[in-house]
Amino acid sequence: MSTGHNVPDGRTQSSDGLVPLSVRVSRVRRETGDVATLELTPPFAFAATPGQFNMLYVFGLGEVAISLSGDPGEQTRLVHTVRAVGAVSRAITRLRRNQVIGVRGPYGSGWPVAEGEGSDIVIVAGGLGLAPLRPVIYHVLAHRQRYGRVVVLYGARGPADILYRRELEAWRRRLDVDITVTVDHAGADWRGNVGVVPALIQRAPVDPDHAVAMVCGPEIMMRFTIDALRRRGLAMDRIFISMERNMKCAIGLCGHCQFGPAFVCRDGPVFRFDRIAPFFDIREI
Amino acid sequence: MPGAKLVIERDGLQGVISGLAGRGYRVIGPTARDGAIVYDNTALLDDLPVGWTDHQDAGRYRIERRADAALFGYAVGPHSWKRFLHPPIERLWQARRDGDGFAIIENGETAEPLAFIGVRACELRAITIQDRVLLAGQYLDKTYKMRREHAFIVAVNCGEARGTCFCVSMDAGPQVKTGFDLALTELIDVSRHLFVVEVGSPAGADLVAGLPHRPATEEEITAAERIVTRTAGQMGRTLETEGLKELLQGNPDHPRWDAVAERCLTCGNCTNVCPTCFCTTIDDTTDLSGATAERVRRWDSCFTLDFSYIHDGSVRNTGRSRYRQWMTHKLAHWIDQFGTSGCVGCGRCITWCPVGIDITEEVAAIRAAPSCGSPDART
Amino acid sequence: MHGLERIVLDQPFFTGLGPEFGAAISGCARNLRFAGGEYLFREGESANEFYLIRQGAVALELHSPGRQPIVVATLREGDILDGSWLVPPYCWTFDARASELVRVLGVDARCLRDKCEADHDLGYELMKRFAGAMGERLRAMRLQVADVYGPQRP
Repeated sequence: MSTGHNVPDGRTQSSDGLVPLSVRVSRVRRETGDVATLELTPPFAFAATPGQFNMLYVFGLGEVAISLSGDPGEQTRLVHTVRAVGAVSRAITRLRRNQVIGVRGPYGSGWPVAEGEGSDIVIVAGGLGLAPLRPVIYHVLAHRQRYGRVVVLYGARGPADILYRRELEAWRRRLDVDITVTVDHAGADWRGNVGVVPALIQRAPVDPDHAVAMVCGPEIMMRFTIDALRRRGLAMDRIFISMERNMKCAIGLCGHCQFGPAFVCRDGPVFRFDRIAPFFDIREI
Repeated sequence: MPGAKLVIERDGLQGVISGLAGRGYRVIGPTARDGAIVYDNTALLDDLPVGWTDHQDAGRYRIERRADAALFGYAVGPHSWKRFLHPPIERLWQARRDGDGFAIIENGETAEPLAFIGVRACELRAITIQDRVLLAGQYLDKTYKMRREHAFIVAVNCGEARGTCFCVSMDAGPQVKTGFDLALTELIDVSRHLFVVEVGSPAGADLVAGLPHRPATEEEITAAERIVTRTAGQMGRTLETEGLKELLQGNPDHPRWDAVAERCLTCGNCTNVCPTCFCTTIDDTTDLSGATAERVRRWDSCFTLDFSYIHDGSVRNTGRSRYRQWMTHKLAHWIDQFGTSGCVGCGRCITWCPVGIDITEEVAAIRAAPSCGSPDART
Repeated sequence: MHGLERIVLDQPFFTGLGPEFGAAISGCARNLRFAGGEYLFREGESANEFYLIRQGAVALELHSPGRQPIVVATLREGDILDGSWLVPPYCWTFDARASELVRVLGVDARCLRDKCEADHDLGYELMKRFAGAMGERLRAMRLQVADVYGPQRP
């Protein structure tokens, strides 16, 4: 069954795809309490499509799958936003400039930036889900004339958890993109929207008959969002989501990331929703 | 030449083993040890389970002496050839600290080519299924490829089926059809003990050419065919595969999953003995000084709790979901992924399950009352 | 029909409402405007009116001594504020502050309640819509409370 797109991969170290490349950290930016964005300098041009991920290796400790979250047009810089949730990811967030990390990839299917041309684009991000979607925003804004209305809906836990604030503000100043940031819990100084992201979909200024939605965030949030998008009138084959599962090999050989018949590392992580709809609601699948 | 049917006398099989060893192969064959028939290095005919047979049923396995001295008078044991082609533990590479970075040293060792003696039809099918998994994707398993390409296969047509066999249902036996270098059918009675040999490749022809052999007679060929036909009629289990993919994918909430969950220990024996299960995990470790790291790949099982672990916890938290995953993957999702069923009907999972869970019984139970718990399709 | 009736029937909240009901509702309705920062009502006050937001954003707040009010939700164009007028004790259960200039359609609660008692069909049409809207609100609140973006507590 075909559940994803066949994307040509960027340069990988060796033909078996299991050997990481040594890459230097050029910059580390603390985003929020436990989230950091790393910029890496690969030794050669690294081509990846929005939505793909790399396996990041910490010497002797282990590997984690992290989406690329930088500008896909910039092949001399790899950008990864990482949250410290385990030993390896914590070690990654503690790296400093000039230290070395192992990288292999890119892997996986990408967001439908080509398929979405000519349509309105709705980007719905929850929490850290904005990271794998940021490359789409870059791409769409760099080729703005190819798309209809562009709407970004982003929900964070609270104002202190908002990622990429400066960029969001810069994008918001543009007249050709509609950005709404909402939070689940507001502080005293927050003058913006309070409430969940799916509730913003009803009023999003897009034409549901000619829109493509790209959604990423915790599964609960994606579930509610898909429901809201469908009630708004988007067809299931116009909704794309990014799934997350346990990754070990990232090349479709270890079996860990299976989600129904799909291998998330290979058929995903981006899935067109109609292709996985029969399995999406099955608990513990 | 390939396709030819020859005869080698019983003792002549030693020539096959020695001939392979002489060509530099590591010869692996069956042997009786620790109360089971397992696969290990083989040098002499006497290493084989001469005169042994096995009794198998759900959760039951024992070997016992036969009345005759057949060399292959048993079905399959707990080992499968995957432990040699896709080893339980394999070091992928080492890494050494290099300034503030590191350098990777890939595993460059090459081992001797492998020769397998006594590969059953179900096992041959299992090997081709693993070939599809490990060699046909965008990324392939390099070491598996190397071992597989150089492997010499001496297959055996089963003389008898066992209590948990159902290769006929899975169209995976008992007749060995393709993918072998030599295929043997053992003819043993009061008057003779020989092997009807079918040559399956130029390498097979080459090996036999150097050994005492003669063309098989019509009677011998017919006798060999009759044995296989008789074996096909002795299957211990059946599994109806018609519409099985839709049946299992459409019944994720069937009450049968709850029933089997009450018995399943999630011990993973089934995945261990299954000849097609391919799941592995990656271990990254360092030595005590932290100067050298290595990456090791080892067998893993979807029955473990951390198999599906992501940062919030395990996706498949309950034993119920893990049994359902294994069975649905094996019989249904596998078809979407690789074009065929993942099951070859060898019966090992039934035999080696400590509580005797029978995959054919589970399928029959769900078939008997389908749509008991099918999800409302998202329309 | 006059302008207010047209406005009522154009509200997404009243989609599918028969014109006779539209006339009944508009008979109790008026247009209102609140400046940014102004409170539409406060917790505990009588819910004498319910509001349909036509333009702008309203913050739902809970006040607490010694600290800034907690904003728990932002309501926008098309949202209703809220269902407290329907059932006793007819009191507001939160503060509502205009985050910016807000235009609302205000509907007199007693006027409309009397009409609903007299015409149960009107009452049922309104009940259906309010139940639906409150259900949606509840669903969203659950997701909000689930705190899905935060680190998971065991």
